[in-house]
Amino acid sequence: MANDSTLSRTTRYAFVYPVLIGFALFFLVPLLVVVLNSFRTFQEISQTSVLGWPRAWHWHNWSEAWGGYCFAGVCSGIHPYMWNSLLIAVPATILSTLLGAINGYQLALWRFRGDSVAFAIITFGVFLPAQMKLVPWAISLRALHLSNTLSGLVLIHVIGGLSFTTLFCRNYYVNIPQDLIKAARVDGAGWFVTFWRIVLPLSAPILIVTVIWQFTNIWNEFLFGITFSEGANRPVTAALMALDANIAQAREYGVESAAVLLAAFPTLLVYVLGGRYFVRGLTAGSVK
Amino acid sequence: MSALSIEALKVQFGPVEVLKGLDLDIDSGEFVVLVGPSGCGKSTLLNIIAGLERPSAGRIEIGGRDVTRVAPKDRDIAMVFQSYALYPAMSVRKNITFGMECRGVDKADQQAAFDRVQTILQIGYLADRKPGQLSGGQRQRVAMGRALVRDPLLFLFDEPLSNLDAKLRVEMRLEIKRLHQRLSTTMVYVTHDQIEAMTLATRIAVMDGGAIQQFADPQTIYDKPENVFVARFMGSPPMNILPVLLESDAGRVFASVMEDHRALARFPLPQRIEDVGAHLGKIALLGIRPECIELGSGGPNRVMAQVEMIEPTGAETMAFLDVAGTKIVARMGPESRPSLGIAAEFSVDLRKACLFDATTERRIA
Repeated sequence: MANDSTLSRTTRYAFVYPVLIGFALFFLVPLLVVVLNSFRTFQEISQTSVLGWPRAWHWHNWSEAWGGYCFAGVCSGIHPYMWNSLLIAVPATILSTLLGAINGYQLALWRFRGDSVAFAIITFGVFLPAQMKLVPWAISLRALHLSNTLSGLVLIHVIGGLSFTTLFCRNYYVNIPQDLIKAARVDGAGWFVTFWRIVLPLSAPILIVTVIWQFTNIWNEFLFGITFSEGANRPVTAALMALDANIAQAREYGVESAAVLLAAFPTLLVYVLGGRYFVRGLTAGSVK
Repeated sequence: MSALSIEALKVQFGPVEVLKGLDLDIDSGEFVVLVGPSGCGKSTLLNIIAGLERPSAGRIEIGGRDVTRVAPKDRDIAMVFQSYALYPAMSVRKNITFGMECRGVDKADQQAAFDRVQTILQIGYLADRKPGQLSGGQRQRVAMGRALVRDPLLFLFDEPLSNLDAKLRVEMRLEIKRLHQRLSTTMVYVTHDQIEAMTLATRIAVMDGGAIQQFADPQTIYDKPENVFVARFMGSPPMNILPVLLESDAGRVFASVMEDHRALARFPLPQRIEDVGAHLGKIALLGIRPECIELGSGGPNRVMAQVEMIEPTGAETMAFLDVAGTKIVARMGPESRPSLGIAAEFSVDLRKACLFDATTERRIA
């Protein structure tokens, strides 16, 4: 018996690992191509093809993508647009997370008549496709005089993110014992003090989850970015499009590759720093 | 002086009446236990006394002050919860002083109050720990500390011992009793455990179906239950209820256990039960505590019963019997070992027996 199972384990590994490694390579090839191209010169790529090992490792594409390359008539590279994205993503992430936590707190721990209806309506937003919201937002932004502003995009992402953050936080807070709220009421703590002093200090796991989730989504968001901003106000995802649209000249695959990698870096960093909390936070329920 | 007075209290959730016009008057310094099966309304009643739930109708006074519409924090009460409800992110010290902080008590007074409580409960060495680092018993003590520190008019306990293991529960029960004797503050204590009720209470309110079935001192509840529900709920194993035919003979009342229109046993009821009025000649329910039934023919009142099961516990032996189709339990000395599966003779002590109406289940005598 023991022999049998060792044998089957060896054969299983001999079969499973090559398959897994094969799939991993398959998924990683596009990334590899992009990384390699970011180090190859324009001449090298145009003389051979986009597939190939760099003859020498050049950093020129990276500096060009960051601060020199011209697109849409401005020769600043992508760094101003990265800054725009940061100015959108950071406030929108913080605001939507805080509002989601407050919503979740109210919905989970201060039950009221119609609370489940309110919760259903808020979370319905999770299932609404972004395209459906384009026209309503266009009208709203114009009415609020926020068209083509970073604040306008922050507003869109705060409201749009509420569905997710409320869902996450409410489902987390539901596991907080109701007795805790009752004890706080007897102690004389009001709605906000209870939230701030008792509930919020228990919320680190779920707040990390919502922050990662919101930051990644807002940073990577493209549709609203390209629709509601122009020129210098574009977030980096929309600016990358403009870089691609320089059809007058031959395509700068090297610069494009470096720019794409630069734009992807912040979300990667957030995930590397907080990723293990992300998995843990999604599964952690009990705070008893 | 009345510490707590409740008048015509009603709670209704849609068509469901959780509390049906309840009255309760508790004197200062009493330890009142609200006991009943789950769903009887005892926790709702406690929450309403605390102000955590609103009644549909009725009036509540604490220490002579109408608090029906007053917020929990202004009722001069303290509460201990079943799950302890300690604030997980705060140290023991913070947990205990948080209420004072919310009420704006100054730091020096907070410290003095904390010192007083930590000496009473001996929890000083835990002051800087978080609830997560405490054992069940320690959490229980801290929860009590949080209530004690307030020095309230009224303590409310919501099943505070049901999360503890059996041994700790007995210890904490004693400690709560000691605490009450020491502080002599009025306490209202909710439990579903009738032993806790019997051991702790100065008076017990037995609840069922949103109403108080009986409100009396423990011995009265045990010896003179108002109805069959109270008789069966209080006491473990519960009181045996035997249908009997009441007859009168030579100035005494007799209760006959009938089987096929024939008396299996005929018991003369004690002298105190001499007038059963209209119940004579009818079926009534005879209530006998398990400890009043013994194996053998030692007493004057004997009955043959089929022995279905015995449970020796060391200190005593429980015997599960069948008398003319009615299942009863006898609680006997440890040396009593009736043989299983055969009929044996048992003696019944009727001095403390109760008699209930067969239809209303209310006590006749």
